[in-house]
Amino acid sequence: MRNVWIICRKELGSYFVSPIAYVLVVLFSFVFGFFFWLFLQRFVYVGLEMQMRGQMFPMNLNEELIRPLLSNTSVMSLFFIPMITMRLFAEEKRTGTIELLATSPIRDSEVIIGKWLAAFVLYFCMLLFGALNLLFVFKYGNPDWKPLLIGYLGLLLQAGALLAIGTFISTLTKNQIIAGAVTFAVCLVLWVIEWPSEFETAIWARTLSYMSIVKHFESFAKGVVDSKDAVFYVAVIFLGLFFTARSMESLRWRS
Amino acid sequence: MIKVQDLTKRYARTTAVDQISFEVDKGQIVGFLGPNGAGKTTTMRILTCFLPPSSGTATVAGFDVLEQPLDVKKHIGYLPETPPIYPEMETSEYLKFVGKLKGLSGAELDKRLDYVCGRCAIADVKTKLLGKLSKGYRQRVGLAQAIIHNPAVLILDEPTAGLDPKQINETRDLIKDLAGDHTIILSTHILPEVEQTCEQVIIINKGKLVATDSVRNLQARARGAESVLVEIAGRNGTLEIPIVQHKLEHVSGVSRVSCKQQVDARAVFEVESEKGRSVRGDLARAVVESGWDLNELRAAAMSLEEVFLQLTGNEAKNEAEAPVEVNA
Repeated sequence: MRNVWIICRKELGSYFVSPIAYVLVVLFSFVFGFFFWLFLQRFVYVGLEMQMRGQMFPMNLNEELIRPLLSNTSVMSLFFIPMITMRLFAEEKRTGTIELLATSPIRDSEVIIGKWLAAFVLYFCMLLFGALNLLFVFKYGNPDWKPLLIGYLGLLLQAGALLAIGTFISTLTKNQIIAGAVTFAVCLVLWVIEWPSEFETAIWARTLSYMSIVKHFESFAKGVVDSKDAVFYVAVIFLGLFFTARSMESLRWRS
Repeated sequence: MIKVQDLTKRYARTTAVDQISFEVDKGQIVGFLGPNGAGKTTTMRILTCFLPPSSGTATVAGFDVLEQPLDVKKHIGYLPETPPIYPEMETSEYLKFVGKLKGLSGAELDKRLDYVCGRCAIADVKTKLLGKLSKGYRQRVGLAQAIIHNPAVLILDEPTAGLDPKQINETRDLIKDLAGDHTIILSTHILPEVEQTCEQVIIINKGKLVATDSVRNLQARARGAESVLVEIAGRNGTLEIPIVQHKLEHVSGVSRVSCKQQVDARAVFEVESEKGRSVRGDLARAVVESGWDLNELRAAAMSLEEVFLQLTGNEAKNEAEAPVEVNA
Protein backbone atom coordinates (compact mmCIF):
# COMPACT_ATOMS: atom_id res chain seq x y z
CA MET A 1 0.00 0.00 0.00
CA ARG A 2 2.87 2.31 0.85
CA ASN A 3 4.42 1.57 -2.52
CA VAL A 4 1.17 2.32 -4.34
CA TRP A 5 1.13 5.69 -2.65
CA ILE A 6 4.78 6.39 -3.56
CA ILE A 7 4.10 5.68 -7.22
CA CYS A 8 0.83 7.61 -7.17
CA ARG A 9 2.52 10.65 -5.60
CA LYS A 10 5.28 10.57 -8.17
CA GLU A 11 2.81 10.32 -11.06
CA LEU A 12 0.73 13.17 -9.70
CA GLY A 13 3.94 15.15 -9.43
CA SER A 14 4.67 14.45 -13.09
CA TYR A 15 1.18 15.55 -14.09
CA PHE A 16 1.20 18.73 -12.05
CA VAL A 17 4.81 19.78 -12.60
CA SER A 18 4.36 19.59 -16.34
CA PRO A 19 1.61 21.56 -18.09
CA ILE A 20 -0.39 18.35 -18.73
CA ALA A 21 -2.64 18.62 -15.68
CA TYR A 22 -3.32 22.34 -16.14
CA VAL A 23 -4.05 22.05 -19.85
CA LEU A 24 -6.43 19.16 -19.24
CA VAL A 25 -8.20 20.82 -16.31
CA VAL A 26 -8.61 24.09 -18.22
CA LEU A 27 -9.80 22.43 -21.43
CA PHE A 28 -12.22 20.22 -19.55
CA SER A 29 -13.59 23.08 -17.50
CA PHE A 30 -14.02 25.14 -20.64
CA VAL A 31 -15.95 22.46 -22.52
CA PHE A 32 -17.97 21.58 -19.42
CA GLY A 33 -18.71 25.25 -18.87
CA PHE A 34 -19.85 25.60 -22.45
CA PHE A 35 -22.27 22.69 -22.10
CA PHE A 36 -23.49 24.07 -18.80
CA TRP A 37 -24.20 27.41 -20.43
CA LEU A 38 -25.90 25.68 -23.38
CA PHE A 39 -28.21 23.56 -21.25
CA LEU A 40 -28.91 26.45 -18.92
CA GLN A 41 -29.93 28.62 -21.89
CA ARG A 42 -32.18 25.89 -23.17
CA PHE A 43 -33.63 25.40 -19.72
CA VAL A 44 -34.45 29.11 -19.44
CA TYR A 45 -35.77 29.27 -23.00
CA VAL A 46 -38.01 26.24 -22.61
CA GLY A 47 -39.20 27.59 -19.27
CA LEU A 48 -40.21 30.91 -20.84
CA GLU A 49 -41.91 29.17 -23.72
CA MET A 50 -43.93 26.99 -21.42
CA GLN A 51 -44.96 29.98 -19.35
CA MET A 52 -46.16 31.76 -22.50
CA ARG A 53 -48.20 28.69 -23.48
CA GLY A 54 -49.74 28.87 -20.07
CA GLN A 55 -48.43 25.54 -18.77
CA MET A 56 -47.59 25.89 -15.15
CA PHE A 57 -45.81 22.53 -14.51
CA PRO A 58 -42.75 23.19 -12.46
CA MET A 59 -39.63 22.33 -14.43
CA ASN A 60 -37.20 19.97 -12.78
CA LEU A 61 -33.57 21.14 -12.67
CA ASN A 62 -32.31 17.61 -12.17
CA GLU A 63 -34.20 16.27 -15.15
CA GLU A 64 -33.85 19.18 -17.55
CA LEU A 65 -30.39 20.49 -16.77
CA ILE A 66 -28.20 18.19 -14.71
CA ARG A 67 -29.10 14.92 -16.41
CA PRO A 68 -28.27 15.98 -19.99
CA LEU A 69 -25.20 17.79 -18.72
CA LEU A 70 -23.86 14.68 -17.01
CA SER A 71 -24.70 12.52 -20.04
CA ASN A 72 -22.68 14.88 -22.18
CA THR A 73 -19.83 14.78 -19.70
CA SER A 74 -19.88 11.01 -19.91
CA VAL A 75 -19.26 11.21 -23.67
CA MET A 76 -16.76 14.04 -23.23
CA SER A 77 -14.63 11.88 -20.98
CA LEU A 78 -14.05 9.56 -23.94
CA PHE A 79 -12.06 12.36 -25.53
CA PHE A 80 -10.10 13.34 -22.45
CA ILE A 81 -9.14 10.01 -20.97
CA PRO A 82 -6.67 9.00 -23.72
CA MET A 83 -4.79 12.22 -23.01
CA ILE A 84 -4.45 11.27 -19.36
CA THR A 85 -3.36 7.67 -19.83
CA MET A 86 -1.23 7.77 -22.96
CA ARG A 87 1.98 8.65 -21.15
CA LEU A 88 1.61 6.36 -18.13
CA PHE A 89 3.77 3.49 -19.38
CA ALA A 90 4.71 4.53 -22.91
CA GLU A 91 6.89 7.35 -21.59
CA GLU A 92 8.64 5.14 -19.05
CA LYS A 93 9.33 2.60 -21.76
CA ARG A 94 10.79 5.19 -24.09
CA THR A 95 13.06 6.89 -21.56
CA GLY A 96 14.11 3.62 -19.94
CA THR A 97 12.88 4.57 -16.48
CA ILE A 98 10.72 1.45 -16.57
CA GLU A 99 13.97 -0.38 -15.73
CA LEU A 100 14.17 1.52 -12.47
CA LEU A 101 10.63 0.54 -11.51
CA ALA A 102 11.09 -3.04 -12.63
CA THR A 103 14.32 -3.50 -10.67
CA SER A 104 13.07 -1.88 -7.47
CA PRO A 105 11.72 -4.07 -4.69
CA ILE A 106 8.07 -3.37 -5.47
CA ARG A 107 5.46 -5.46 -7.22
CA ASP A 108 4.18 -4.80 -10.73
CA SER A 109 0.67 -4.58 -9.34
CA GLU A 110 1.70 -1.75 -7.01
CA VAL A 111 3.17 0.20 -9.93
CA ILE A 112 0.04 -0.34 -12.01
CA ILE A 113 -2.45 0.58 -9.30
CA GLY A 114 -0.37 3.60 -8.31
CA LYS A 115 -0.34 4.90 -11.86
CA TRP A 116 -4.01 4.21 -12.43
CA LEU A 117 -4.86 5.92 -9.16
CA ALA A 118 -2.89 9.03 -10.13
CA ALA A 119 -4.74 9.21 -13.45
CA PHE A 120 -7.99 8.80 -11.52
CA VAL A 121 -7.13 11.64 -9.15
CA LEU A 122 -6.32 13.90 -12.10
CA TYR A 123 -9.68 13.12 -13.67
CA PHE A 124 -11.32 13.79 -10.32
CA CYS A 125 -9.70 17.24 -10.30
CA MET A 126 -11.02 17.90 -13.79
CA LEU A 127 -14.56 16.96 -12.72
CA LEU A 128 -14.21 19.08 -9.60
CA PHE A 129 -13.30 22.24 -11.50
CA GLY A 130 -16.13 21.67 -13.96
CA ALA A 131 -18.54 21.10 -11.09
CA LEU A 132 -17.90 24.64 -9.79
CA ASN A 133 -20.46 25.74 -12.41
CA LEU A 134 -23.11 23.80 -10.55
CA LEU A 135 -22.72 26.08 -7.54
CA PHE A 136 -24.81 28.57 -9.51
CA VAL A 137 -27.60 26.04 -9.80
CA PHE A 138 -27.63 25.61 -6.06
CA LYS A 139 -27.47 29.34 -5.53
CA TYR A 140 -30.41 30.20 -7.75
CA GLY A 141 -32.40 26.98 -7.68
CA ASN A 142 -32.85 24.02 -5.44
CA PRO A 143 -32.01 20.81 -7.27
CA ASP A 144 -31.90 17.50 -5.46
CA TRP A 145 -28.27 16.82 -4.53
CA LYS A 146 -28.59 13.05 -4.19
CA PRO A 147 -29.12 12.23 -7.89
CA LEU A 148 -26.35 14.69 -8.69
CA LEU A 149 -23.96 12.85 -6.38
CA ILE A 150 -24.94 9.53 -7.89
CA GLY A 151 -24.36 10.97 -11.35
CA TYR A 152 -20.85 11.98 -10.35
CA LEU A 153 -20.27 8.55 -8.82
CA GLY A 154 -21.23 7.11 -12.21
CA LEU A 155 -18.86 9.45 -14.00
CA LEU A 156 -16.02 8.37 -11.72
CA LEU A 157 -16.79 4.69 -12.18
CA GLN A 158 -16.97 5.11 -15.93
CA ALA A 159 -13.70 7.05 -15.95
CA GLY A 160 -12.07 4.38 -13.80
CA ALA A 161 -13.01 1.77 -16.38
CA LEU A 162 -11.77 3.82 -19.32
CA LEU A 163 -8.58 4.74 -17.45
CA ALA A 164 -7.90 1.06 -16.81
CA ILE A 165 -8.27 0.37 -20.53
CA GLY A 166 -6.02 3.30 -21.37
CA THR A 167 -3.41 2.16 -18.85
CA PHE A 168 -3.36 -1.24 -20.48
CA ILE A 169 -2.95 0.21 -23.97
CA SER A 170 -0.11 2.44 -22.74
CA THR A 171 1.91 -0.65 -21.81
CA LEU A 172 1.75 -1.94 -25.38
CA THR A 173 3.90 0.71 -27.01
CA LYS A 174 6.82 3.06 -26.47
CA ASN A 175 5.06 5.74 -28.47
CA GLN A 176 2.70 8.03 -26.57
CA ILE A 177 0.89 9.17 -29.71
CA ILE A 178 0.10 5.60 -30.66
CA ALA A 179 -1.04 4.82 -27.13
CA GLY A 180 -3.28 7.90 -27.16
CA ALA A 181 -4.71 7.27 -30.62
CA VAL A 182 -5.49 3.61 -29.96
CA THR A 183 -7.08 4.41 -26.60
CA PHE A 184 -9.18 7.07 -28.26
CA ALA A 185 -10.29 4.63 -30.98
CA VAL A 186 -11.20 2.03 -28.37
CA CYS A 187 -13.14 4.62 -26.35
CA LEU A 188 -15.08 5.66 -29.46
CA VAL A 189 -15.87 2.07 -30.36
CA LEU A 190 -17.08 1.42 -26.82
CA TRP A 191 -19.45 4.34 -27.28
CA VAL A 192 -20.92 3.72 -30.77
CA ILE A 193 -21.12 -0.02 -30.21
CA GLU A 194 -24.60 0.48 -28.74
CA TRP A 195 -26.03 2.30 -31.74
CA PRO A 196 -27.16 -0.78 -33.69
CA SER A 197 -29.47 -1.62 -30.80
CA GLU A 198 -31.59 1.36 -31.73
CA PHE A 199 -33.00 -0.46 -34.76
CA GLU A 200 -32.02 -4.03 -34.06
CA THR A 201 -33.17 -6.21 -31.18
CA ALA A 202 -31.30 -9.40 -32.03
CA ILE A 203 -29.08 -10.91 -29.38
CA TRP A 204 -25.88 -9.63 -31.01
CA ALA A 205 -27.09 -6.06 -30.95
CA ARG A 206 -28.12 -6.35 -27.33
CA THR A 207 -24.77 -7.88 -26.45
CA LEU A 208 -22.94 -5.04 -28.17
CA SER A 209 -25.15 -2.56 -26.41
CA TYR A 210 -24.34 -4.17 -23.09
CA MET A 211 -20.62 -3.77 -23.79
CA SER A 212 -21.01 -0.04 -24.36
CA ILE A 213 -19.27 2.03 -21.72
CA VAL A 214 -21.62 4.98 -22.20
CA LYS A 215 -24.81 2.91 -22.11
CA HIS A 216 -24.16 1.89 -18.54
CA PHE A 217 -24.04 5.50 -17.47
CA GLU A 218 -27.70 6.09 -18.26
CA SER A 219 -28.96 4.82 -14.94
CA PHE A 220 -26.44 6.92 -13.02
CA ALA A 221 -27.48 10.01 -15.01
CA LYS A 222 -31.02 9.42 -13.82
CA GLY A 223 -29.74 9.34 -10.27
CA VAL A 224 -30.22 5.62 -9.84
CA VAL A 225 -27.54 3.20 -8.74
CA ASP A 226 -28.16 0.10 -10.79
CA SER A 227 -25.97 -2.64 -9.39
CA LYS A 228 -25.76 -4.21 -12.86
CA ASP A 229 -24.10 -1.08 -14.24
CA ALA A 230 -21.88 -0.55 -11.22
CA VAL A 231 -20.68 -4.14 -11.44
CA PHE A 232 -19.98 -3.65 -15.13
CA TYR A 233 -17.70 -0.70 -14.46
CA VAL A 234 -15.91 -2.35 -11.57
CA ALA A 235 -15.42 -5.48 -13.68
CA VAL A 236 -13.90 -3.43 -16.52
CA ILE A 237 -11.56 -1.72 -14.04
CA PHE A 238 -10.35 -5.08 -12.76
CA LEU A 239 -10.08 -6.53 -16.23
CA GLY A 240 -8.13 -3.55 -17.55
CA LEU A 241 -5.67 -3.59 -14.65
CA PHE A 242 -5.38 -7.36 -14.89
CA PHE A 243 -4.46 -7.12 -18.57
CA THR A 244 -1.98 -4.38 -17.72
CA ALA A 245 -0.28 -6.70 -15.26
CA ARG A 246 -0.15 -9.51 -17.82
CA SER A 247 1.20 -7.11 -20.41
CA MET A 248 3.99 -5.99 -18.09
CA GLU A 249 4.82 -9.57 -17.39
CA SER A 250 4.96 -10.49 -21.05
CA LEU A 251 7.17 -7.47 -21.61
CA ARG A 252 9.77 -9.17 -19.48
CA TRP A 253 9.49 -12.54 -21.12
CA ARG A 254 9.55 -11.20 -24.65
CA SER A 255 11.87 -8.23 -24.77
CA MET B 1 27.91 -12.89 -3.57
CA ILE B 2 26.78 -13.57 -7.11
CA LYS B 3 26.54 -17.05 -8.50
CA VAL B 4 25.53 -17.75 -12.07
CA GLN B 5 25.06 -21.28 -13.33
CA ASP B 6 24.45 -22.27 -16.97
CA LEU B 7 22.52 -19.10 -17.55
CA THR B 8 20.81 -18.95 -20.94
CA LYS B 9 18.55 -16.32 -22.44
CA ARG B 10 16.87 -16.98 -25.75
CA TYR B 11 14.89 -14.43 -27.68
CA ALA B 12 12.57 -15.33 -30.52
CA ARG B 13 15.33 -15.70 -33.08
CA THR B 14 18.60 -15.35 -31.25
CA THR B 15 20.33 -16.67 -28.17
CA ALA B 16 21.63 -13.63 -26.35
CA VAL B 17 23.30 -15.47 -23.49
CA ASP B 18 24.43 -19.04 -23.86
CA GLN B 19 25.22 -21.24 -20.85
CA ILE B 20 27.22 -18.72 -18.87
CA SER B 21 28.57 -19.65 -15.45
CA PHE B 22 30.61 -17.51 -13.11
CA GLU B 23 30.94 -16.44 -9.51
CA VAL B 24 31.76 -13.14 -7.92
CA ASP B 25 33.03 -12.90 -4.36
CA LYS B 26 32.12 -10.26 -1.84
CA GLY B 27 33.82 -6.88 -2.23
CA GLN B 28 35.23 -7.55 -5.70
CA ILE B 29 35.08 -5.27 -8.71
CA VAL B 30 34.43 -7.36 -11.75
CA GLY B 31 34.66 -6.10 -15.31
CA PHE B 32 32.17 -7.55 -17.69
CA LEU B 33 33.84 -7.27 -21.02
CA GLY B 34 32.66 -7.93 -24.53
CA PRO B 35 32.01 -6.32 -27.88
CA ASN B 36 28.68 -4.63 -28.47
CA GLY B 37 25.88 -7.16 -28.63
CA ALA B 38 27.82 -9.81 -26.72
CA GLY B 39 25.09 -10.25 -24.12
CA LYS B 40 26.45 -8.05 -21.36
CA THR B 41 23.28 -6.02 -20.86
CA THR B 42 21.08 -9.10 -21.07
CA THR B 43 23.09 -10.85 -18.36
CA MET B 44 22.88 -7.78 -16.15
CA ARG B 45 19.17 -7.49 -16.72
CA ILE B 46 18.74 -11.08 -15.63
CA LEU B 47 20.78 -10.44 -12.48
CA THR B 48 18.61 -7.43 -11.65
CA CYS B 49 15.40 -9.43 -12.22
CA PHE B 50 14.38 -7.22 -15.14
CA LEU B 51 14.40 -10.22 -17.46
CA PRO B 52 13.82 -13.82 -16.49
CA PRO B 53 16.39 -16.36 -17.73
CA SER B 54 15.29 -18.99 -20.27
CA SER B 55 17.21 -21.62 -18.34
CA GLY B 56 19.90 -21.87 -15.73
CA THR B 57 20.01 -20.17 -12.36
CA ALA B 58 21.40 -16.99 -10.92
CA THR B 59 21.57 -16.07 -7.26
CA VAL B 60 22.43 -12.71 -5.80
CA ALA B 61 23.26 -12.42 -2.10
CA GLY B 62 21.89 -15.92 -1.71
CA PHE B 63 18.51 -15.20 -3.31
CA ASP B 64 17.34 -16.73 -6.58
CA VAL B 65 16.38 -14.22 -9.27
CA LEU B 66 13.33 -16.20 -10.33
CA GLU B 67 12.12 -17.43 -6.95
CA GLN B 68 12.81 -14.43 -4.72
CA PRO B 69 12.97 -11.39 -7.01
CA LEU B 70 11.89 -8.93 -4.31
CA ASP B 71 14.73 -10.02 -2.00
CA VAL B 72 17.23 -9.83 -4.85
CA LYS B 73 16.05 -6.36 -5.81
CA LYS B 74 16.51 -5.16 -2.24
CA HIS B 75 20.18 -6.09 -2.35
CA ILE B 76 20.93 -4.67 -5.78
CA GLY B 77 21.70 -1.20 -7.02
CA TYR B 78 21.42 -0.95 -10.77
CA LEU B 79 22.55 1.71 -13.19
CA PRO B 80 21.25 0.92 -16.68
CA GLU B 81 23.04 2.10 -19.78
CA THR B 82 21.01 5.32 -19.84
CA PRO B 83 20.46 6.64 -16.32
CA PRO B 84 16.77 6.08 -15.49
CA ILE B 85 15.91 9.65 -14.60
CA TYR B 86 12.71 11.66 -14.87
CA PRO B 87 13.59 14.96 -16.56
CA GLU B 88 10.77 16.83 -14.82
CA MET B 89 12.03 15.99 -11.33
CA GLU B 90 14.62 17.78 -9.20
CA THR B 91 17.70 15.85 -8.18
CA SER B 92 16.87 15.54 -4.48
CA GLU B 93 13.20 14.89 -5.21
CA TYR B 94 14.21 12.08 -7.57
CA LEU B 95 16.68 10.53 -5.16
CA LYS B 96 14.06 10.65 -2.40
CA PHE B 97 11.58 8.93 -4.70
CA VAL B 98 14.08 6.17 -5.52
CA GLY B 99 15.03 5.85 -1.85
CA LYS B 100 11.39 5.34 -0.92
CA LEU B 101 10.98 2.80 -3.70
CA LYS B 102 13.89 0.88 -2.22
CA GLY B 103 12.26 0.93 1.20
CA LEU B 104 13.95 3.83 2.96
CA SER B 105 12.02 6.45 4.92
CA GLY B 106 12.25 9.25 7.42
CA ALA B 107 15.57 10.25 8.96
CA GLU B 108 17.36 7.32 7.40
CA LEU B 109 16.36 8.48 3.94
CA ASP B 110 17.59 12.02 4.63
CA LYS B 111 20.87 10.66 5.92
CA ARG B 112 21.42 8.48 2.88
CA LEU B 113 20.43 11.34 0.59
CA ASP B 114 23.09 13.59 2.06
CA TYR B 115 25.60 10.78 1.95
CA VAL B 116 25.12 9.89 -1.73
CA CYS B 117 25.04 13.55 -2.75
CA GLY B 118 28.43 14.00 -1.12
CA ARG B 119 29.82 10.75 -2.42
CA CYS B 120 28.79 11.33 -6.01
CA ALA B 121 29.57 15.08 -5.95
CA ILE B 122 26.06 16.18 -6.89
CA ALA B 123 25.27 18.30 -3.84
CA ASP B 124 25.52 21.47 -5.95
CA VAL B 125 22.72 20.37 -8.30
CA LYS B 126 20.32 19.14 -5.62
CA THR B 127 17.60 21.59 -6.57
CA LYS B 128 18.14 21.52 -10.33
CA LEU B 129 15.81 19.79 -12.76
CA LEU B 130 17.29 16.53 -13.96
CA GLY B 131 16.40 17.36 -17.55
CA LYS B 132 18.71 20.36 -17.40
CA LEU B 133 21.75 18.51 -16.08
CA SER B 134 24.78 17.70 -18.20
CA LYS B 135 25.51 14.13 -19.19
CA GLY B 136 28.20 13.80 -16.54
CA TYR B 137 25.90 14.94 -13.77
CA ARG B 138 23.12 12.67 -14.96
CA GLN B 139 25.48 9.73 -14.85
CA ARG B 140 26.45 10.62 -11.31
CA VAL B 141 22.83 11.02 -10.28
CA GLY B 142 22.34 7.58 -11.83
CA LEU B 143 25.11 6.22 -9.64
CA ALA B 144 23.70 7.99 -6.59
CA GLN B 145 20.33 6.38 -7.26
CA ALA B 146 21.99 2.98 -7.46
CA ILE B 147 23.73 3.26 -4.09
CA ILE B 148 21.09 5.16 -2.13
CA HIS B 149 19.84 2.09 -0.25
CA ASN B 150 23.40 0.87 0.40
CA PRO B 151 23.00 -2.34 -1.60
CA ALA B 152 25.39 -5.23 -1.23
CA VAL B 153 25.72 -5.57 -5.00
CA LEU B 154 26.13 -2.81 -7.56
CA ILE B 155 25.47 -3.52 -11.21
CA LEU B 156 26.63 -0.82 -13.58
CA ASP B 157 25.96 -1.05 -17.29
CA GLU B 158 28.60 0.93 -19.17
CA PRO B 159 28.90 3.58 -16.46
CA THR B 160 31.34 5.73 -18.45
CA ALA B 161 29.67 5.62 -21.87
CA GLY B 162 29.26 9.04 -23.41
CA LEU B 163 31.32 10.95 -20.85
CA ASP B 164 34.30 13.16 -21.58
CA PRO B 165 37.79 11.99 -20.52
CA LYS B 166 37.78 14.00 -17.31
CA GLN B 167 34.36 12.72 -16.30
CA ILE B 168 35.43 9.19 -17.19
CA ASN B 169 38.35 9.43 -14.78
CA GLU B 170 36.15 10.86 -12.06
CA THR B 171 33.58 8.14 -12.52
CA ARG B 172 36.25 5.43 -12.45
CA ASP B 173 37.70 6.85 -9.25
CA LEU B 174 34.25 6.95 -7.74
CA ILE B 175 33.62 3.33 -8.66
CA LYS B 176 36.98 2.24 -7.25
CA ASP B 177 36.09 4.21 -4.15
CA LEU B 178 32.81 2.38 -3.76
CA ALA B 179 34.40 -1.04 -4.07
CA GLY B 180 35.13 -1.34 -0.39
CA ASP B 181 31.47 -1.36 0.60
CA HIS B 182 29.89 -3.04 -2.38
CA THR B 183 30.42 -5.92 -4.71
CA ILE B 184 30.51 -4.35 -8.15
CA ILE B 185 29.91 -5.69 -11.62
CA LEU B 186 30.48 -3.19 -14.37
CA SER B 187 30.14 -3.82 -18.05
CA THR B 188 32.16 -2.07 -20.67
CA HIS B 189 33.68 -2.46 -24.07
CA ILE B 190 36.43 -0.02 -23.17
CA LEU B 191 39.48 -2.04 -22.26
CA PRO B 192 41.65 0.44 -20.36
CA GLU B 193 38.70 0.83 -18.03
CA VAL B 194 38.92 -2.78 -16.99
CA GLU B 195 42.69 -2.61 -16.64
CA GLN B 196 42.33 0.44 -14.43
CA THR B 197 39.33 -0.36 -12.27
CA CYS B 198 38.78 -4.09 -12.07
CA GLU B 199 40.47 -6.92 -10.30
CA GLN B 200 38.60 -9.63 -12.10
CA VAL B 201 37.46 -9.86 -15.71
CA ILE B 202 34.70 -11.83 -17.32
CA ILE B 203 34.94 -11.78 -21.10
CA ILE B 204 31.96 -12.81 -23.14
CA ASN B 205 31.47 -12.87 -26.86
CA LYS B 206 28.32 -13.73 -28.81
CA GLY B 207 26.62 -14.83 -25.60
CA LYS B 208 29.35 -17.26 -24.65
CA LEU B 209 31.80 -17.05 -21.80
CA VAL B 210 35.29 -16.71 -23.27
CA ALA B 211 37.39 -16.20 -20.18
CA THR B 212 37.09 -15.38 -16.53
CA ASP B 213 40.21 -14.60 -14.56
CA SER B 214 42.10 -11.84 -12.84
CA VAL B 215 43.42 -9.09 -15.08
CA ARG B 216 47.03 -10.07 -14.42
CA ASN B 217 46.54 -13.76 -15.10
CA LEU B 218 44.71 -13.06 -18.30
CA GLN B 219 47.53 -10.98 -19.63
CA ALA B 220 50.06 -13.62 -18.72
CA ARG B 221 47.93 -16.40 -20.09
CA ALA B 222 47.41 -14.89 -23.48
CA ARG B 223 51.04 -13.97 -23.81
CA GLY B 224 52.07 -17.60 -23.82
CA ALA B 225 55.64 -16.99 -24.79
CA GLU B 226 57.64 -14.28 -23.09
CA SER B 227 58.82 -11.50 -25.32
CA VAL B 228 61.23 -8.63 -24.86
CA LEU B 229 61.95 -5.54 -26.88
CA VAL B 230 65.60 -4.81 -27.59
CA GLU B 231 66.84 -1.53 -28.99
CA ILE B 232 70.26 -1.75 -30.57
CA ALA B 233 72.49 0.90 -32.13
CA GLY B 234 75.52 0.44 -34.35
CA ARG B 235 78.84 2.01 -33.26
CA ASN B 236 80.01 3.54 -36.53
CA GLY B 237 76.73 4.78 -37.89
CA THR B 238 75.69 1.61 -39.66
CA LEU B 239 73.72 -1.40 -38.56
CA GLU B 240 73.16 -4.50 -40.67
CA ILE B 241 69.73 -5.75 -39.74
CA PRO B 242 70.08 -9.32 -41.06
CA ILE B 243 73.35 -9.80 -39.22
CA VAL B 244 71.87 -8.61 -35.92
CA GLN B 245 68.82 -10.75 -36.42
CA HIS B 246 70.96 -13.77 -37.14
CA LYS B 247 73.07 -13.13 -34.09
CA LEU B 248 70.04 -12.75 -31.78
CA GLU B 249 68.40 -15.87 -33.11
CA HIS B 250 71.42 -17.86 -32.05
CA VAL B 251 71.16 -16.86 -28.40
CA SER B 252 70.01 -19.98 -26.59
CA GLY B 253 66.31 -20.04 -25.65
CA VAL B 254 65.20 -17.54 -28.30
CA SER B 255 62.44 -18.81 -30.53
CA ARG B 256 61.77 -15.90 -32.87
CA VAL B 257 63.20 -12.49 -33.68
CA SER B 258 61.54 -9.77 -35.67
CA CYS B 259 62.58 -6.24 -36.48
CA LYS B 260 59.94 -3.81 -35.31
CA GLN B 261 61.37 -0.54 -36.54
CA GLN B 262 64.62 0.98 -37.78
CA VAL B 263 65.84 4.54 -37.72
CA ASP B 264 69.29 5.15 -39.22
CA ALA B 265 71.70 3.03 -37.21
CA ARG B 266 69.18 2.17 -34.51
CA ALA B 267 66.67 -0.65 -34.57
CA VAL B 268 64.12 -2.23 -32.25
CA PHE B 269 63.75 -6.00 -32.27
CA GLU B 270 61.08 -8.08 -30.64
CA VAL B 271 62.59 -11.24 -29.28
CA GLU B 272 60.33 -14.09 -28.25
CA SER B 273 61.61 -16.82 -26.04
CA GLU B 274 60.26 -20.06 -24.72
CA LYS B 275 58.04 -19.64 -21.72
CA GLY B 276 59.74 -19.57 -18.37
CA ARG B 277 63.24 -18.91 -19.73
CA SER B 278 64.89 -15.62 -19.04
CA VAL B 279 67.07 -14.70 -21.98
CA ARG B 280 67.74 -11.10 -21.16
CA GLY B 281 71.26 -11.60 -19.76
CA ASP B 282 72.36 -13.67 -22.72
CA LEU B 283 70.80 -11.21 -25.12
CA ALA B 284 72.62 -8.28 -23.57
CA ARG B 285 75.93 -10.12 -23.62
CA ALA B 286 75.51 -11.16 -27.23
CA VAL B 287 74.77 -7.60 -28.29
CA VAL B 288 77.68 -6.05 -26.44
CA GLU B 289 80.12 -8.75 -27.53
CA SER B 290 79.22 -8.09 -31.14
CA GLY B 291 80.25 -4.48 -30.76
CA TRP B 292 76.80 -2.85 -30.78
CA ASP B 293 75.29 -0.54 -28.21
CA LEU B 294 72.38 -1.83 -26.17
CA ASN B 295 70.08 1.17 -25.76
CA GLU B 296 67.06 -0.49 -24.20
CA LEU B 297 65.87 -3.87 -23.05
CA ARG B 298 62.34 -4.27 -21.71
CA ALA B 299 59.54 -6.78 -21.42
CA ALA B 300 56.83 -6.37 -24.01
CA ALA B 301 53.69 -6.54 -21.91
CA MET B 302 50.62 -7.49 -23.82
CA SER B 303 47.80 -5.09 -23.24
CA LEU B 304 44.42 -6.42 -22.30
CA GLU B 305 43.24 -5.11 -25.60
CA GLU B 306 45.36 -7.63 -27.46
CA VAL B 307 44.21 -10.37 -25.12
CA PHE B 308 40.66 -9.36 -25.72
CA LEU B 309 40.96 -9.34 -29.49
CA GLN B 310 42.76 -12.63 -29.39
CA LEU B 311 40.07 -14.20 -27.24
CA THR B 312 37.03 -12.79 -28.97
CA GLY B 313 38.40 -13.39 -32.43
CA ASN B 314 38.90 -11.03 -35.28
CA GLU B 315 35.27 -10.21 -35.94
CA ALA B 316 35.28 -8.25 -32.71
CA LYS B 317 38.22 -6.20 -33.86
CA ASN B 318 36.38 -3.55 -35.76
CA GLU B 319 33.76 -2.99 -33.10
CA ALA B 320 36.19 -2.96 -30.24
CA GLU B 321 38.87 -0.82 -31.75
CA ALA B 322 37.00 2.37 -32.39
CA PRO B 323 35.99 3.19 -28.81
CA VAL B 324 39.41 2.19 -27.52
CA GLU B 325 41.10 4.77 -29.68
CA VAL B 326 38.71 7.46 -28.63
CA ASN B 327 38.88 6.79 -24.94
CA ALA B 328 42.39 5.52 -24.33
